[in-house]
Amino acid sequence: MDYLTIIQILDSMLRLSAPLIFACLAGLFSERSGIFDIGLEGKMLASAFFSAAVAAATGSVWLGLMAGLTASMVLAAIHGFASITFQGNQLISGVAINFLASGMTALIGQNWFRLGGRTPSLSGDGRFLPIEFPFAESIGKIPFLGPIYSELLSGHTILVYVALLTVPFTWWLLFKTRFGLRLRAVGENPEAVDTGGVSVSFLRYRAVLICGLLCGLGGAYLATGMAAGFIRDMTAGKGFIALAALIFAKWRPAYALYACLLFGFLEAIAIRYQNITIEGVGTIPVQFMQALPYILTIVILAGLVGKAIPPKAGGEPYVKER
Amino acid sequence: MKNLPKWVDLALIPLINLFLAFMISGLVVVYIGENPFRAMQIIINGSLGSAYGLGYTLYYATNFIFTGLAVAVAFHARMFNIGGEGQAMVGGLGTALVCLFIDWPHWTIAFPVAIMSAALFGAAWSAIPAYLQAKRGSHIVITTIMFNFIAYSMMVYLLVHVLKPKGQMAPESAKFVAGSNLPSAHDIFGWFGMAFPKSPPLNITFLLAVLACFLIWLFIWRTRMGYAIRAFGWSETAAVYAGISPFKIIMVSMLVSGGLAGMMSINSVMGEAERLLIDSVQGAGFVGIAAALMGRSHPLGVFLAAVLFGVLYQGGAELEFEMPAVSREMIVVIQALVILFTGALENLVRVPIGKIFMKLNTKQN
Repeated sequence: MDYLTIIQILDSMLRLSAPLIFACLAGLFSERSGIFDIGLEGKMLASAFFSAAVAAATGSVWLGLMAGLTASMVLAAIHGFASITFQGNQLISGVAINFLASGMTALIGQNWFRLGGRTPSLSGDGRFLPIEFPFAESIGKIPFLGPIYSELLSGHTILVYVALLTVPFTWWLLFKTRFGLRLRAVGENPEAVDTGGVSVSFLRYRAVLICGLLCGLGGAYLATGMAAGFIRDMTAGKGFIALAALIFAKWRPAYALYACLLFGFLEAIAIRYQNITIEGVGTIPVQFMQALPYILTIVILAGLVGKAIPPKAGGEPYVKER
Repeated sequence: MKNLPKWVDLALIPLINLFLAFMISGLVVVYIGENPFRAMQIIINGSLGSAYGLGYTLYYATNFIFTGLAVAVAFHARMFNIGGEGQAMVGGLGTALVCLFIDWPHWTIAFPVAIMSAALFGAAWSAIPAYLQAKRGSHIVITTIMFNFIAYSMMVYLLVHVLKPKGQMAPESAKFVAGSNLPSAHDIFGWFGMAFPKSPPLNITFLLAVLACFLIWLFIWRTRMGYAIRAFGWSETAAVYAGISPFKIIMVSMLVSGGLAGMMSINSVMGEAERLLIDSVQGAGFVGIAAALMGRSHPLGVFLAAVLFGVLYQGGAELEFEMPAVSREMIVVIQALVILFTGALENLVRVPIGKIFMKLNTKQN
């Protein structure tokens, strides 16, 4: 494996990690506030569809992005409605949202475009295009460091950079602001927050909507940045890999980035090499690479390596004492 | 609100929830530009209007009974087993191994062995998540989701690299030995000199599913273990105080649950496909969640809900044929809404109904 191949794999890792980073941080906000969310997948899918559909209809990827964010946030609001206002089971609500998104996108997609659930291919202003960094070509000629700049860092769509910047922003918001402190507190001990005179419901609604926003960015990236249009069930389990990454990261922003990069790296390897043959060990099938994120998460959950402890009040609806 | 009459809790509230789900689905059909009442008529005619349709409806229902019971048993111990999909896939492997490599003289011998194998494989796939929940407190929902994906990758690997016969392109196993083929509804009706169309995949497993409903009812409500499971589900602290071991309850309820999900493959793999396909479950594991919620975790309720979803699946296929604008995914939307209203938004209906009945009660007193 030569140097340029490594750079190319890392480049593909960045591209593949971006949606995971969005979804993982989305889950981070929601779960840190005490609302479990297994509906990341569905929200991404809804956003992917509506962003691609509106971008195809209007020719503007920005209008598409707005539509995608709206769709994802509507689903997030339903989740909030069920789990905060009506104190329903958050996991069941998440399951329902995944199916709702999967069914609705296929149904409406067929109705609007008659392409078997696809949207028309996007081109030009209908999708996010790669951004070339200044002087990428000339700097790329510098040995060793040049390709890192020109091949690895340059040439992604704007949403990839947004995803990377969201990580420090999330850290700042959660750990350096009053809102963040309260949000984390409401996920650990909502009674204390309530006693302090802060509304538990309002805090949780905000967290859930931020979750919707970030899932929306991830979904829009899938359909209008990474691919050129929507295809049925195109999220293909990314929402669940993000959920796995969240546990792997033990609900911390910086670790979330590392976990998503790791899982993106595994995916990049799996795409590039179908079956990896290691001398003397044998062949690692591509299916094993695809299952590895889940297996690693199980290992973490089993407490074999470290221990993942979720926010204490997670999954429990908050009922005010009367 | 705890003193709601039983019929309100078990019948009225689920029916209102179902009505809400259908109403919203109807609005979606209106949006698409079709008549929802005609759509409903096509669904009912296509699924119940002929022996042919009924054969398909009950075939689907058989799948959903097994996965629905699986979710229901776990619910009684307050475990949410979302891994029915993976457990049914691995159960299919158990069925396939039995039907591929043993030359059965007659299906009557193959049937019980395959049932045991399917249940064993399904239960084994739920054993690790159950153990992690019981010993490590790892959330069962997360681990069973992960195990669904791991199961899928494993099955793809096994079918592509191990079970696929040489020289065949499609990633599926060889056809099962002839002695393992189960009698279809056509055969069974034939024994009694009655006619039934040949093509619907309904087979003897339906009777097994009905028996399973009865046995699970017996298990949950008429055995010591079932009582312990329900006690644990109502209050873990009280159950522990009464000397019930949480480890035992979690393991038993999840193993029974996984076993039931695995047994679904008797219907779809052994009864219908007669070979192992990559996606032999086709989402039935998730329909089981809807069936268990709708049926309020009672075997009779699960049975009725499973038949309802059978109607929707078969009727939905007919609907797509008659109204091309309404694609098959309509069923997924209805399923999502049923899960949403009966599961997550339960209190939306329950609280107002409870208030109405409380007022009625105070008036009577």
